[in-house]
Amino acid sequence: MERPIRVLVAKPGLDGHDRGAKVIARALRDAGMEVIYTGLQQTPQMIVEAALQEDVDCIGLSILSGAHMTLLPKIMQLLKANEGDDVLVVAGGIISDEDARSLRQEHGIAEIFGPGASTHTITDFIRANIKRPAVEG
Amino acid sequence: MELVEKALAGNRRALSRLITVVEAGDATARQALAALYPHTGRAHIVGVTGAPGTGKSTLVNQLALHWRAQGRTVAVLAVDPTSPFSGGAILGDRIRMQALGGDPGCYIRSMASRGSLGGLARSTGDAVKVLDAAGFEIVIVETVGAGQAEVEITREAHTVIVVEIPGMGDDIQAIKAGILEIADVFVVNKADREGAERTLRQLQMMLHLGAGEPRDGWDPPIVQTVANTGKNIPEVAAAVERHLAHLKANDLLAPRERQRIEREWTMIVRESLLNELFARIPASERDTLIARMQARQVDPYAAASQVVAAVFEDSI
Repeated sequence: MERPIRVLVAKPGLDGHDRGAKVIARALRDAGMEVIYTGLQQTPQMIVEAALQEDVDCIGLSILSGAHMTLLPKIMQLLKANEGDDVLVVAGGIISDEDARSLRQEHGIAEIFGPGASTHTITDFIRANIKRPAVEG
Repeated sequence: MELVEKALAGNRRALSRLITVVEAGDATARQALAALYPHTGRAHIVGVTGAPGTGKSTLVNQLALHWRAQGRTVAVLAVDPTSPFSGGAILGDRIRMQALGGDPGCYIRSMASRGSLGGLARSTGDAVKVLDAAGFEIVIVETVGAGQAEVEITREAHTVIVVEIPGMGDDIQAIKAGILEIADVFVVNKADREGAERTLRQLQMMLHLGAGEPRDGWDPPIVQTVANTGKNIPEVAAAVERHLAHLKANDLLAPRERQRIEREWTMIVRESLLNELFARIPASERDTLIARMQARQVDPYAAASQVVAAVFEDSI
């Protein structure tokens, strides 16, 4: 039986703008995915705990506050420390090219989607890159 | 199964995986459930149901906090609807449960209904078994926002809380069949709003209109709460605990469990039979029959009997 892809959509840190995260959540839902939306002001610990309890295939992080170079690497470290390395992590928001490169190459974020990225690009990327396509015993 | 052993030993990652496995409902899931089954039957399973927006998730959050403060372990299964068009879902119940984060004695899992009606997902009962076997003392199951007829939860829970809010319908709504009948505990949430007293009176009237003794000798209490502020949450928890004590004291738990198991088993037999049966009908034959029904040459009942008879003749 084919299992729907599960995605956690979270907003780390103190920024209060969640329109983008909601648009993405809705787009993923319309692409047939199960989206766990956790709301605003999540600490890295809260995000990683939720992702592991929900056994998601992917975490989508939306961040517009500028604190991405602090919060995103922290999330990646916590994931690794808790046997969560097989979760695909993508991010979106206002992130400079230089930071995006560093997040991808040094911290293991799979892709960064900036303003103007189409929702199709995002859903296609998630579908093509999740690391657990099927249920394992 | 290694995953089962790890989950039973308290590994949270394995527990999460295991729920994913049973949700898929395939051969691996059946194998896992077989290994888990001897460890089930210990948790107090509490259902929470009610219309969308009545504050179910907020109430669940408060109840879980209350029981955690008493040192009892709590798991929450929160079901939200799957889109009938895309198959996707937005599972947003966790938003109201932030306060439970970071507590190893508490586990929250969101489930999409995946096409099931009745307020639960097809595999909710199996996910409950996983959490029960993993040793959680209380498992709270929050249904999809339910209207009038989503009463599936009675089959899974020992104690059902029905959440109402002021201003929803008149006293005729209160005497209709369905969701109001299944409550072991009523909560009138958002009781700081206008009309709370009226809702309370309507529920009291509804409960006392019935002829004779209440079902199982239990008169469902009604608690007015403001889940946002935590007002009267200990009273709800106490009512839930009293209900379980009542079931135990009157030897009602075992017959209920028997009934639940019979229903569950019947449903599984029915499903397996159906799958077997459909697997034996060649696609060409099915298409021909459907075409003949569409042309009004045969009616659906006759077409069904024909197929069933043919399958059973083959197997004799």
